[in-house]
Amino acid sequence: MDLFEHQARELFEEHGILVPRAEVTDSPKEAREIARRLGGRVVVKAQVKTGGRGKAGGVKLAADPAAAELTARQILGMDIKGHTVGKVMLAQPVDIEAEFYVSYVLDRAAGRFLAIASAEGGMDIEEVAATRPDAVARIHIDPAEGVTSAKAAEIAEAAGLPPQTVDVLVRLWDVLTREDAVLVEVNPLVRTAQGQILALDGKVTLDDNARFRQARWGGQGAAHDDPLEAAAAAKGLNYVKLDGEVGIIGNGAGLVMSTLDVVAGCGARPANFLDIGGGASAQIMADGLSVILSDPAVKSVFVNVFGGITACDAVADGIVQALDTVQLTKPLVVRLDGNNAVRGRAILDDRAHPLVQQATTMDGAARRAAQLADAT
Amino acid sequence: MAIYLTKESKVLVQGMTGGEGMKHTRRMLAAGTDVVGGVNPRKAGQSVDFDDRAVPVFGSVREGIEATGADVSVVFVPPAFAKAAVVEAADAGIGLAVVITEGIPVHDSVAFTTYAKSKGTRIVGPNCPGLITPGQANAGIIPADITKPGRIGLVSKSGTLTYQLMYELRDIGFSTCVGIGGDPVVGTTHIDCLAAFQDDPDTELIVLIGEIGGDAEERAAAYVRDHVTKPVIGYIAGFTAPEGKTMGHAGAIVSGSSGTARAKKEALEAAGVQVGDTPTETARLVLARLEASRSGT
Repeated sequence: MDLFEHQARELFEEHGILVPRAEVTDSPKEAREIARRLGGRVVVKAQVKTGGRGKAGGVKLAADPAAAELTARQILGMDIKGHTVGKVMLAQPVDIEAEFYVSYVLDRAAGRFLAIASAEGGMDIEEVAATRPDAVARIHIDPAEGVTSAKAAEIAEAAGLPPQTVDVLVRLWDVLTREDAVLVEVNPLVRTAQGQILALDGKVTLDDNARFRQARWGGQGAAHDDPLEAAAAAKGLNYVKLDGEVGIIGNGAGLVMSTLDVVAGCGARPANFLDIGGGASAQIMADGLSVILSDPAVKSVFVNVFGGITACDAVADGIVQALDTVQLTKPLVVRLDGNNAVRGRAILDDRAHPLVQQATTMDGAARRAAQLADAT
Repeated sequence: MAIYLTKESKVLVQGMTGGEGMKHTRRMLAAGTDVVGGVNPRKAGQSVDFDDRAVPVFGSVREGIEATGADVSVVFVPPAFAKAAVVEAADAGIGLAVVITEGIPVHDSVAFTTYAKSKGTRIVGPNCPGLITPGQANAGIIPADITKPGRIGLVSKSGTLTYQLMYELRDIGFSTCVGIGGDPVVGTTHIDCLAAFQDDPDTELIVLIGEIGGDAEERAAAYVRDHVTKPVIGYIAGFTAPEGKTMGHAGAIVSGSSGTARAKKEALEAAGVQVGDTPTETARLVLARLEASRSGT
């Protein structure tokens, strides 16, 4: 789960990293009050979980509380790369003397976390890394040792950062490990004219797998902007909304991703990703079907199940029971393969639902579902 | 001979007395696996009856190894306790730990994969279906009855795609199938399996299944180009996955231009690996290649 900038800022502050004074609001009137509390002149920043805010006009300087209210009114509700701005953060401006970049990020290839640091902060670090690789230090962290003062000093020296950043590097590692984050990034980390080291903007991505031991975030479900995704999440379904017409249900993340590709290969567009896992019980099948059928864009549904541990006859029983509880409104193409496939297909044949068709291969079933979506 | 797992393997199950552990221990035994014990400190000294076989429960992995000579552990314990279970197995000197558990925090995975490596323990997983050497042994949750022994080696991030290919190629059969898991950090990589299959005289052809996210497939492609002389057939899932969205597997998320299915397919093809557009076409490519090499062309 990605955090908003203001949430990242709070985490940094809790772990003893200096941040600018700031407050967050969804109301232009309150923005005026906040600006007054912060001394009048403020930076108004859109709170969205995407990059490129500045270029999109989502970050603006306001000279006084009245301007802050006006600017907040402009930015709130703005669309930035498909994200609607629901809140703005107002922050005290800072006299910047130098800008740096620091982050800890998971290096999947190495199976370890990587410290990335550069004395050239403030801009796109990937561009700096591409054009001037020597300006970016990359140092792997041993998980058993973590970032000690000595390790932090090594990172700072390799990146050409001033010695005062060592303490920030150690504290930022605490944020990463204690909060179970998979990414913490400060860009820019600045040195002010007064000589303070301040985290001016930050990004934190938390590990969804660690919710069980992170009380603070555990209660929050993953953020779902899409109402169908929210409805599916409420039923415990692993569902992602896409922009197409063929609804997809399958078992296993890899097989479902493959199903989307095969449908796309037939010239149709998948409407969603839905992995119902190994069990494929009647309840899960019914829940999945009801979410997909409530998507007005869906014109046909493709159920693609490989019967492994749960054999095809049990899956077919589940589909038949689901058809008793869910009013089928769109044609359904079912492909059952694997253990007891013949028996499973016979169960569906016996049910003889007028909107249910079967295909024996994944490719054939995808073609049929694509044709049905095209015809209706 | 196969890779990593044979009929000689003696298997412990950590978490055997839980629901999933019981269910899959029974399946592993039915597939011919020599399951020599379970581990649960609270049930040490007891035994669990699986049909015609009583499997003893040990208080620790070390006790299990001392009593039975076990060299493989299959880990079914819940996410909160998985790290401690793997560290215990590595400390006890187990050769291979297969971590089935889904939902382990990535900091824990980083810690135990790094630690296991320092102890000389191979980790398969986490969040994986395990591995099977058909006709010999099954360590994990792969259905054993959908294929038979043969000469194809298979390595995959995905469980059900593995099953699909195992089933489509059931008449040819497999030496070993390894589900390495869909998490961002895994103990055994595509490259590890490619190297092992290349050295395995029982493996004639290798099937490599990948999916969006990370650059493991690109690195595997470079490895194939430089080190693998056996034929390799590939399949990649996730061409239609949108950027920035997680598709079930924690590792399957595309960010920016790298990690896309297209980039992976192109890297594999540049290394001489034929890549199928669908699982079924991938199976056809395997058959065609085997036929061509067996007829000497």
